[in-house]
Amino acid sequence: MNTLIQLIFGLLAALIVGSAVMVVSVRNVIHAALWLIACFFGVGALYLLLEAEFIAVAQVLVYVGAISILILFAIMLTRESEGARYMVSGWRLVVTAIVCVALFGAVLVPTIFTHTWNVPPPPVATPGSPAPPEVLAGVEDLGRGFVFSYMLQFQVAGVLLTVALIGAIVIAFEERARRRRVLTLAEEHEVRKRQKPARPPVTGERIPSPQAAPMSDGEQG
Amino acid sequence: MTNAIPLEAVLMVAAALFCIGLFGALARRNMVSVLMGVELMLNAVNINLVAFWRYLEPGFVVGQTFAIFIITVAAAEAAVGLAMIIAIYRTWLTSNVDNVASMKG
Repeated sequence: MNTLIQLIFGLLAALIVGSAVMVVSVRNVIHAALWLIACFFGVGALYLLLEAEFIAVAQVLVYVGAISILILFAIMLTRESEGARYMVSGWRLVVTAIVCVALFGAVLVPTIFTHTWNVPPPPVATPGSPAPPEVLAGVEDLGRGFVFSYMLQFQVAGVLLTVALIGAIVIAFEERARRRRVLTLAEEHEVRKRQKPARPPVTGERIPSPQAAPMSDGEQG
Repeated sequence: MTNAIPLEAVLMVAAALFCIGLFGALARRNMVSVLMGVELMLNAVNINLVAFWRYLEPGFVVGQTFAIFIITVAAAEAAVGLAMIIAIYRTWLTSNVDNVASMKG
């Protein structure tokens, strides 16, 4: 039984870390978002392995169901055709890698292994009777906690979600008079091709000004 | 389950996920990719909280409550962040973080 659990944990850890590495390293943003979904699923399965069923379900509902779709839609709405410079380069990449590896190797791992975690010993089986089952807070206790002990926090979370919803709508809202058709990738290539002879492509420069984009006629109104 | 996997193993997975997410948030140029890195970091924190709940205080609901609140805040953060990315794309026609530097001194 223990070997099986360890095997499952190893596979889940490999899935989580491997797909996270793919998220940050793959060039195509859509592929990165799909790897992110795989990573979220792995984390949800890890919650199941840790016997936190409600959080596993919430993880799948919120992260896989909502946030991934939101990210995919945002990628669709902000698609750029420049794919060559998807990551910082030069000394910035080196410094970033050093910071992350140093945080992992010099801070987190020594802390994890030198700190004494006061893990309570598992219930032992007395001769003659099996080991008593471990007391585990389940969904019922969680719901009771939300209704009784953490009522205020629960309400604050609701207010936070409402504010975030209204804020997202206000930020992303666009007046009808200013609405502009989003360019497809082919049209953006055309714009770029037309602009290329005019000025040499400078790295780090902002891409076409709004006036250069062809205005749509049938879209308004 | 707790005697099959040591607590340190779960914490190591979370630490690795956090560092990978930090690298993604710092090194990627696309704004959505940066947000994906932040989501990875939030997931790592959540794994930590659930692991601490399971190993140290399995009889109390506090650990799970924290994880639920972090999921809530992450959802709100993703919604507002993606709305801002879309608004920035409309104004500047770019989704590259290096191009949005008008507040640079």
